[in-house]
Amino acid sequence: MTWVWENLDLIGRLSLEHLRLSAIPILLGFVLAVPLGWVAYRYRLTRGLVLTVVGLLYTIPSLALFVALPPLLGIPYTSELNVVIALTIYAVAIMARSIADALASVDLDIKQAATAVGYSPWRRFWAVEFPLAGPVVLAGVRVVAVSTVSLLTIGVVIGIDTLGYLFTNGYQRGILAEVLSGVVVTVLIALLIDRILVALGRALMPWTRATATAPTVQQGAAS
Amino acid sequence: MIEFRSISKTFPDGTTAVDDFSLQLPSHQTTVFVGSSGCGKTTLLRMINRMVDASSGELEIDGENISTIEPVKLRRRIGYVMQNSGLLPHRRVIDNIATVPRLNGVPKKEAHARALELMDTVGLDRSMAERYPAQLSGGQQQRVGVARGLAVDPNILLMDEPFGAVDPIVRADLQQELLRLQRELDKTVVFVTHDIDEAFLLGDQVVILEKGARIAQKGSPEEILANPASDFVASFIGADRGKRALSIREVDGSSILVDGDGNVAGALTEEGTA
Repeated sequence: MTWVWENLDLIGRLSLEHLRLSAIPILLGFVLAVPLGWVAYRYRLTRGLVLTVVGLLYTIPSLALFVALPPLLGIPYTSELNVVIALTIYAVAIMARSIADALASVDLDIKQAATAVGYSPWRRFWAVEFPLAGPVVLAGVRVVAVSTVSLLTIGVVIGIDTLGYLFTNGYQRGILAEVLSGVVVTVLIALLIDRILVALGRALMPWTRATATAPTVQQGAAS
Repeated sequence: MIEFRSISKTFPDGTTAVDDFSLQLPSHQTTVFVGSSGCGKTTLLRMINRMVDASSGELEIDGENISTIEPVKLRRRIGYVMQNSGLLPHRRVIDNIATVPRLNGVPKKEAHARALELMDTVGLDRSMAERYPAQLSGGQQQRVGVARGLAVDPNILLMDEPFGAVDPIVRADLQQELLRLQRELDKTVVFVTHDIDEAFLLGDQVVILEKGARIAQKGSPEEILANPASDFVASFIGADRGKRALSIREVDGSSILVDGDGNVAGALTEEGTA
């Protein structure tokens, strides 16, 4: 434990860095996955194509991606961009599918009702379909968030200082406490982001809770 | 007035839902399309707000060909009430009712004030304004659906089996409520149902449809009952059986009406006030 107390500065710095580098691919992946997921949901022709491509992307091992991206994109191997792009690709791969599924899960009757009362297609998407797909979308984002936080530790192999540094450094120097603190803090960060997402979901989708507490008492005056 | 002129609709899969349909729907009256499922009645209704576009023929509202009106604009000036209410589950009651005025750009405060008035109109307690649809009973949800349909004070109200999914007692309630509303608001109502009793209760003009939206008979409920145009109509309205086939039986000098099942339906009075 003494190692932890003596190195709180290092742990703190790496944690912040880890948090920052996780947040970027999660957000970026989400922004990119929404149009992709929509295309996959909307057109039968593109559905197979998009879902197959993102499915294949996800099967590429992360180390291979770290090695393959720099020459493809003309960026240095040790660049932060390398890790961010690789993790964004994974995030998109998972979220595009879950967003397509989420949109497909919205009740057809409600979509038709929205059209019937005069929503334009664009407005209907943002005001009706996307919010109603929200709970399923959120589930997908939570999976991506946890996997991104954990995958990010691998960044250390190409020299990006994340909490993964505590694993390699602790292993090389034989300090078990350092390795363990790396594991514990990574889990805590994953939990933290997950809690933030859940809180965000509750704030943005109040109706999901209202449903659960539906009063069943009928009033005589208004049946 | 709404006028269908030689309207046909063939879907991409080749089924002809509507085959050369022509009809005038008078303003300020309720026209009911009634028929079995698959007869094309809902397709007819959805043509009026261009949810479905006709393959051929013309549809006019007050002399204006609706194919020249942008669908989204057209829909925002026609009330639409559907089965299972079609409410937006993520919007509170008040926001659901205010949906169309808000789409038309009416300020939120004004739209909400109007929504509260409409809750009174359809017999909903204002205390429900902040609830979500899932927190209401089926009957209450339908009332909200009707209020939403009335929110822009449209001339035309389309109702697609609006009371089909509620229990019989609530349905009877809602039907009476609609009759009251229609007396007060005087809209042009187009109502779709498969329930002939509902059609006779609500319709000024009842249109009985066969497959392909062929008109088997149209007229007032009295006209249809008095003179069914075909065996199909007679059997559809049940004129030959059950509670519509009333016959007179003399008992101790009074005339008693007996229905087709042999049950006593009532006594015949001189005035015939019914």
